[in-house]
Amino acid sequence: MSSASGLDIRLPIGGLFTLLGLLVGGYGLGTAGDAAHYERSLGVNIDLWWGLIMLVFGVLLLRFASRARQATGVHPAADSKEGQDTEKREHRMGLER
Amino acid sequence: MAPAPVTHLSPIDYVIMAVYFGAVLGVGWGLRSLTRTSTDFFLSGRSLPAWITGLAFISANLGAQEVIGMGASGAKYGIATSHFYWVGAIPAMVFVGLFMMPFYYGSRARSVPEFLRLRFDEKTRTLNAVSFAVMTVFSSGVSMYAMGKLLNLLLGWSFDLSVLVAAVIVLAYILLGGLTSAIYNEVLQFFLIVFGFLPLVALGLYAVGGWEGLSSKLAEVATARGLPATAYTHTWSNLGDASRNPIGVEWFGLVMGLGFVLSFGYWCTDFLVVQRAMAADSMTAARRTPLIAALPKMLFPFLVILPGMIALVLGAGHETAAAGQGLVPAKLAANGTPLLDGAGHVVLDYDLATPMMLVRLFPAGMLGLGLTALLASFMSGMAGNVTAFNTVWTYDIYQSHIRRGASDAHYLWMGRVATVAGIVLAVAAAYVAGAFNNIMDLLQLVFAFVNAPLFATFALGMFWKRATGHGAFIGLVAGTLAAAIHHGLTLPAGVPVGIKGGYLGVVHTFPSELAQTFWTAIIAWVTCFVVTIVVSLVTRPRPEDELRGLVYSLTPRPNDQGLPFRQRPAVLAVVVLALTLVLNLVFF
Repeated sequence: MSSASGLDIRLPIGGLFTLLGLLVGGYGLGTAGDAAHYERSLGVNIDLWWGLIMLVFGVLLLRFASRARQATGVHPAADSKEGQDTEKREHRMGLER
Repeated sequence: MAPAPVTHLSPIDYVIMAVYFGAVLGVGWGLRSLTRTSTDFFLSGRSLPAWITGLAFISANLGAQEVIGMGASGAKYGIATSHFYWVGAIPAMVFVGLFMMPFYYGSRARSVPEFLRLRFDEKTRTLNAVSFAVMTVFSSGVSMYAMGKLLNLLLGWSFDLSVLVAAVIVLAYILLGGLTSAIYNEVLQFFLIVFGFLPLVALGLYAVGGWEGLSSKLAEVATARGLPATAYTHTWSNLGDASRNPIGVEWFGLVMGLGFVLSFGYWCTDFLVVQRAMAADSMTAARRTPLIAALPKMLFPFLVILPGMIALVLGAGHETAAAGQGLVPAKLAANGTPLLDGAGHVVLDYDLATPMMLVRLFPAGMLGLGLTALLASFMSGMAGNVTAFNTVWTYDIYQSHIRRGASDAHYLWMGRVATVAGIVLAVAAAYVAGAFNNIMDLLQLVFAFVNAPLFATFALGMFWKRATGHGAFIGLVAGTLAAAIHHGLTLPAGVPVGIKGGYLGVVHTFPSELAQTFWTAIIAWVTCFVVTIVVSLVTRPRPEDELRGLVYSLTPRPNDQGLPFRQRPAVLAVVVLALTLVLNLVFF
């Protein structure tokens, strides 16, 4: 998908959720123990917990994206069987020396 | 006099919103160099994999009418609202993927109206293109109006400024990256909506004592309203009689009107969603797009309907009856007193059910995330409409009637101009919109007039080679007229004659507005179906040679034997239908 459309969609989504996770989770860490703040969420520190979940999701997407980039990165044609065949054919046709 | 806003945001909430705005604009910026031709701009160069187009397929539909409207319907009708998914969406999504996508994608039509041009004729295409273009601008406007009103009420933000900022951001990312940018952002918005609403449902259920607690509290509400105790927590068991369920409709009207006519009319013919599948990189990916979309779609009731149901019972006892029910406030008349209906009951402002849940359960931080999710839903719905509008305008109206044979660069330029014009028109529509209690009912009504007859035209066009252009055109006009006449002759119970019907004289009274809408759709569909057949039989058919690839009996079947078993569209379709059946049985 990254080759056809130029931008792997998992990068912006992973980046967004990593940032949101850090922001919301960090805010939850800073306000931990503030009972009045978490009265609305019935005493649950939802900022911290949900922030962590978003952080994990974001980091996972970023990892998938970077792995995919390594897997589909540009290699010299001579690295693969198809590439060697193509080079031979093009050589025969005089397209490549 | 402006009432005080419901809540105030902390700096962290603004930071979260800013991060989201930065992300959507960043996606547009990252894709800016990839829109060189009109196909890139309008169809993403047909290069996207199925999971991306699949998520965009549902996300484009996940606008305000879904998140706010389905929450409102959840508070109004209970879990039976899931009929809009399990009956009113999934079967049609399976059908479009398996049977109709081969024609849309295979014919290389660039839009749904263009398919009508290939199969029928120019006038049928133009009729569809014009009505569709009007509808997209209108829905986009309704969405923007709802957003502006809501942000004003909740946070005290200026209506004008909210609408302007949302419009400018959507405009910017579509101009930068065209359909790819809209689709990428729709996928991003999909995840944001899921992550924003999932904790809301979890906290809400925790607050009311789980599904058990919710059921027993809703049973009290149902009994107090003279309905069976299970009226809000079961989907089918009270549908035998319109007076025994909150929707006010019997099962036949629901299955035929919603499940067949409206649902197939929307999911199978609406270019807004079909455009996402057309952007796929192969025929198989195009066919799998709606099927992949169906998997999360069937779970959406838990995400968007449950908050509305919980809002109805949360905090009951703390408020007086005149103020509303649970977290759902009463609708206020111009003088600030609660509105009463004909029977003296308080009229509830259901559209506020889900937003009130956000404000009630989320502390600073999560509140920013929840409101951002809400904004994301507004923006993805708006972008979906605008990208469909600019394509239909450019290909089906401008290129075929105003300026033929210009260069591709010229049509790309026109597409960008149409994007700006579409958003400006939608903003104008936002200021006009707003007479209805429930956005969903309004949109269903518009779909009933325009979309309901449409599926008859497509079904006959794709599966009956004898159907002719004159038949299709006259059938569509007759179907739309029949819808308007039926709507004008009937009225939902307890509603004054006017925009909701009866303007031609009241012949029949329906138990509810939705029952009237469903039956209007059924009448429109049957009229279009019959008229198209009759007119086709007396007009000259097109030679079979011209219909190859456009009609089922003259097109080779897509061969899926070469695909791995689990990637075959038919296998996926069976899985989707089986899971939907299970959900229906669990909440029977």
